[in-house]
Amino acid sequence: MPANPFNNFHDYGIGIGLRVPHYRHILEKKPVVDWFEIISENFMVDGGRPLEVLDQILEQYRVVQHGVAMYLGSADRLNREHLKKIKRLVRRTNTPWLSDHLCWGSVDGRYTHDLLPMPYTFAAAKTTADNIREASDFLGVPICVENVSSYAEFHASEMTEWEFLSEVVEKADCGILLDVNNIYVSSQNHGFDPYDYLNNVPHHRVGQIHIAGHSKFEKYILDTHDHPVLDPVWKMYAHAIKLVGKTATLLEWDDRIPTFDEVHQEALKANRFVEKQFQNAAA
Amino acid sequence: MATAVFRPLNARDGMQARWTDGRETSTVAESFIKPNDRLSSFERLEIYNRVYWFRVLDCLYDDYPGLRAIVGEKRFLDLATAYLAKYPSASFTLRNLGSRLEKFLGEEPQWVTPNEELALDMARFEWAQIVAFDDAALPQLTTDALDTPPAKLRVRLQPYLSLLELNFAVDKFLLAVKKREGDTLRDEASNTFEAMPQSSKRRRAVRLPKRERVLLAVHRYDNQLYYKRLEPEAFAILCGLANGLTVEKACVAGLAKTKRTKVDWPRQIQEWFHDWSALGWICQRKSVGGIVAG
Ligand SMILES: [Fe+2]
Repeated sequence: MPANPFNNFHDYGIGIGLRVPHYRHILEKKPVVDWFEIISENFMVDGGRPLEVLDQILEQYRVVQHGVAMYLGSADRLNREHLKKIKRLVRRTNTPWLSDHLCWGSVDGRYTHDLLPMPYTFAAAKTTADNIREASDFLGVPICVENVSSYAEFHASEMTEWEFLSEVVEKADCGILLDVNNIYVSSQNHGFDPYDYLNNVPHHRVGQIHIAGHSKFEKYILDTHDHPVLDPVWKMYAHAIKLVGKTATLLEWDDRIPTFDEVHQEALKANRFVEKQFQNAAA
Repeated sequence: MATAVFRPLNARDGMQARWTDGRETSTVAESFIKPNDRLSSFERLEIYNRVYWFRVLDCLYDDYPGLRAIVGEKRFLDLATAYLAKYPSASFTLRNLGSRLEKFLGEEPQWVTPNEELALDMARFEWAQIVAFDDAALPQLTTDALDTPPAKLRVRLQPYLSLLELNFAVDKFLLAVKKREGDTLRDEASNTFEAMPQSSKRRRAVRLPKRERVLLAVHRYDNQLYYKRLEPEAFAILCGLANGLTVEKACVAGLAKTKRTKVDWPRQIQEWFHDWSALGWICQRKSVGGIVAG
């Protein structure tokens, strides 16, 4: 949805991820970009260049925080120290909403630095929803929870991934960061129809969309974020926009990062689908 | 699942065939992961196991080019694997992945024979650079505080500053290594798959440094990383300050072992403090409530 409670009523357009190889270009050329998404953890440091760059970016641009280590799906309780660090960053960035993943990734104080899939059970949905509520209350901003790419499914699962996502966000009363590429990757790895996924999540809760590239291997697809967006993902994006309306959209490009202009141009392709959708709606 | 993810890969970069209790890992994988028409439960779990190790090894590979040059690429990956098997990441950020490497090398020097001391120096030096990059900067000493008599004044040094007493000129060695390799920036945290670090193409190895006592400050200025060699007396004074001595006692202790007699010490010390202040190294003992007078 364009502006809704889950993105704190902010009507953002097309953004890109803020990445180190582009710092100099952005600070020197000051290109017009609707908004940047930052990986929160890269700026949860005590000082130095990362925060200096962030402050300079914040003077000119709108920034939204995206986390990779809150581990909202963890069976352990959320790490309070980690939440405090995020909150410090929230005060700095004034992010209107923030996002993290529907996953787990650490156990007994050991970190995998990965976004591990969850068993889709009612019990896990409840624990995750409790975690999201706790985090959102503590941080004082709405949270959009993102679906991850996965390569394994559990015997223990009691429902489909989209049913699980819906169960979690309804229970937590939070938003969705709908990663269209992740849906595509998982659909290929697990053999489901990605349009069933798109059609069956609560559309009014989508506060943000991710698009990205992936890599095909012989027997599975990996979420590599090192390519332009592939055609099947653009098609899904067009369908998603039809369902949820014009929504803040962000292109993720994390590896083999090309020039700033290439990344930005790739992201702006999303406008075609948005405009087409608008024209259709007007007609 | 976490147990499987953290277990080191086998020699062919695959998941180990035997589980911790001797069962077949495939049996364990089948007990909780569904197979599909292309991949077995084992193979699906193995994707996560491989991604974990590629990611963490890649991170250490980037963060420790000097240590890598000392022990060689293959041994570096073996040592990094052994280190992470013993000390898995205990932080939300990959930035801290090497925080216990110095400890590990002290405990298990067999990974770096016959260059144990050199490797340890390099591990400390490379960690100090990570600290210098993004550790906290405290408010510098105020002019008011400078009026406090040296006998009462205690200060703190910047958290991003490391003082290293080294047995080898690892600073010059690392510069030569980086010149050879082409400097690489630390990568950002990201959640995507990364390829296994590839052994660099054959390049002429940089000659290992000879034994030489080096006293080094690793710090940042204007958010750029710097190393600065220090004279023994200056190093000792800074260590005294870092350990909480008053300025006066730190100076006395710093000069206690000097054999240099032809130096105008009061002038020299004044110059040093002037330099250190200009570099921003000297700060309030406590960030709130001003200095602590002893
Ligand atoms: Fe994403």
